[in-house]
Amino acid sequence: MSRYFTEDHEWVDVDGDTGTVGISDYAQSQLGDIVFVDVPEEGKELTKGDDAAVVESVKAASDVYSPVSGTVIEANSDLADTPNLVNDDAEGDGWFFRLTLSDPDELKDLMDEAAYEAFVAKL
Amino acid sequence: MSDDTDTIDEIATQTLPLDPWHRARGGRMVEFAGYWMPVQYEGIMAEHLWVRESAGLFDVSHMGQLHLSGDGLDDALEALIPADVKGLKPNSQKYSLLLADNGGILDDLMLTRLEDGSIYMVVNGAVKYDDIAHLRDHLPDQITLNHMDEQALLALQGPKAVDALARLVPGVRDLVFMKGGRFDWNGVSLWISRSGYTGEDGFEISVPAEHVETLADALLAQPEVKPIGLGARDSLRLEADLPLYGHDLDPETTPIMAALNFAVASKRRREEANFPGAERILLERENGAIVRRVGLLVEGRQPVREGAAVLDADGSEVGKVTSGGFSPTLGQPIAMAYVPVPMAEPGATVQLTQRGKVHNATVAAMPFVPHRYFRGAAK
Repeated sequence: MSRYFTEDHEWVDVDGDTGTVGISDYAQSQLGDIVFVDVPEEGKELTKGDDAAVVESVKAASDVYSPVSGTVIEANSDLADTPNLVNDDAEGDGWFFRLTLSDPDELKDLMDEAAYEAFVAKL
Repeated sequence: MSDDTDTIDEIATQTLPLDPWHRARGGRMVEFAGYWMPVQYEGIMAEHLWVRESAGLFDVSHMGQLHLSGDGLDDALEALIPADVKGLKPNSQKYSLLLADNGGILDDLMLTRLEDGSIYMVVNGAVKYDDIAHLRDHLPDQITLNHMDEQALLALQGPKAVDALARLVPGVRDLVFMKGGRFDWNGVSLWISRSGYTGEDGFEISVPAEHVETLADALLAQPEVKPIGLGARDSLRLEADLPLYGHDLDPETTPIMAALNFAVASKRRREEANFPGAERILLERENGAIVRRVGLLVEGRQPVREGAAVLDADGSEVGKVTSGGFSPTLGQPIAMAYVPVPMAEPGATVQLTQRGKVHNATVAAMPFVPHRYFRGAAK
């Protein structure tokens, strides 16, 4: 399984043609206390870069974009009652949704973990 | 992922005297009212709850501290604000509003009578230069207005604020809500009032800028005290039903629309009816305005924020949310909004729309969280 990152701080774990999407630990630390996550519905077709989810901290709402194109197969239902999972474990239990990738070639445009770390270090 | 709002830097953002102090303590600095200010240290939620149970230290040095003196000061000020300035006794503090001729609110402010009869006024940072220009334009020449930009301003807020501050300045225990006094701390002259913007007991401390770091260190050394950022200041004041100028109040709103009827409580001022917009404001006070600022409890967990529309039963837009967020104390989203008066009674239900999504909300009795001001020892 490989993990890819976007410059907008989403991550996607890819296993076969299934991707799991969330926001990076850096992103959650910048957002602060997360009080609500609006995740996409199962079956929703997403094109890379589409608004896929909304994450709300005490202070502000932020859009989360889909790092790849595909069809949503599952949303993380635990986030409804415990949105702070994103603060506690952004790159694990705080995942947002899973989708079936429609164009795995898009992954080439994303960063790997080392590249993302270097990217964040410059911010 | 990106924030919904972009900020545009028009002029260079200024730094406050405590800027390095905030950064050294992990403050995340954002641009606010033209200054770099800490939005949070350890996190808004934890900071908010800390203020409600212990004591938090806020740097509010961006606010405008003004000193006004001269012959005929009280009459001159009463021509610009609806407060009973003449009845303001030494060391007493009052909330008031700077009003435009049409009764619209130019700013909200605190004024205090000093021992020598002069007035100390604190106005919002974001509009302080507009306020100063307005005051200079409208006050007669014999009134001297001094912008005390050599002073920093700290707020220490929370139920344990008095214990922490009294260890440094024992005399503050004798102050009650909306009273102030001059105190000496290690040879530094402090103006301290028992007031604030959180709904809790607490103090606001005006200190010469060159001594603010030493004072902030001394306060933070008290076990009750943690530094608190603007984020928690905003959620605390929202819970306490304290409007924020530029959001919940603006030149389009009158004191009655803003549910600030207590700002026109002086019978003498109403009878004289000689403050700006008096005719309109007194008419609204008698008959009600068309809209009123209310508090809303929002169903679900998603915050509904400034700019969201208020809908009536037919789905027509009849009002706007002016502040909204998540209440750490109540554990649910809350908001302030302007709604038509028939929809403004506690218990009334309204619908809000934000980014295409409808949210149900109920008009709440205000404040959302009870005030805990210190009005004197229990008898």
